[in-house]
Amino acid sequence: MSRILSALVIGLVFGAGIAVSGMINPAKVLNFFDLAGTWDPSLAFVMGGALIVTAIGYRFVLKNPAPIFDRRFHLPTSRAIDLPLLAGSATFGIGWGITGFCPGGSIPALGLGHGEAWLFVASMVAGIALARLSRQIISARTTRPA
Amino acid sequence: MTEFTPWMSLLGGALIGLAAVLLMALHGRIAGMTGILTGIIPPLASDWGWRAAFLAGAVVAPAIIAATTGLEIPFSSPTPAPWLIVGGLIVGAGVYFGSGCTSGHGVCGIARLSPRSIVATLTFMAATAITVFIIRHVAGGL
Repeated sequence: MSRILSALVIGLVFGAGIAVSGMINPAKVLNFFDLAGTWDPSLAFVMGGALIVTAIGYRFVLKNPAPIFDRRFHLPTSRAIDLPLLAGSATFGIGWGITGFCPGGSIPALGLGHGEAWLFVASMVAGIALARLSRQIISARTTRPA
Repeated sequence: MTEFTPWMSLLGGALIGLAAVLLMALHGRIAGMTGILTGIIPPLASDWGWRAAFLAGAVVAPAIIAATTGLEIPFSSPTPAPWLIVGGLIVGAGVYFGSGCTSGHGVCGIARLSPRSIVATLTFMAATAITVFIIRHVAGGL
């Protein structure tokens, strides 16, 4: 129970940060990337604030043997800079540039009741589900008997 | 035009960072929206409970902030609906294959100095800037 409650509170902090920072606003996000037009440098401050706190906080947290509610830290182990990473990230950027919505910005926007956020998130969830399905099909086809 | 908000953006960013540090300290998890969200899309991950709780908190937070502080939370989406659908599908596929987005790679990954996350972040930031340039200054809008 405390595990679920703590995740809820941490989600609240995250959502508050997205709202206060302006990341929740697609127009503001798009203006950050519009260097040749109506440039709004605010998002550099969002990234800066988040990175400073996270980099310092992680240094202390990851010295512990384990987190409070789990037996171990779940850290990504892959080191490969491969095609899925590059092509996936570039594809994400194209969609971010079209809409001004990224996953972390769009989920808190749902709570403000804007239809655009709901339409985007529904499409994004479908995109994730389709991508997962296609990866399963690809890996099933390419798996050969040893 | 949107107003330049260095202090509120810095404060908001610090809150995002605080959430990332707390999620690692308490749950041992990267605060990446892509990974957290993927686990509650059926078929559900076995540990979907904390994920759903985190997402619920993230969804209700802006409304709580607005109601309790009276702070106005600006929101404007200039993208036509068909392009929101196209963009949503593209973002979903991209972050799935790219193993993360702005929160997972851009904040948590770079904070750990992960080479994968640094490359991913530079890639999607560049792709976003190029896309915005083409839409606004070459195509003249959507």
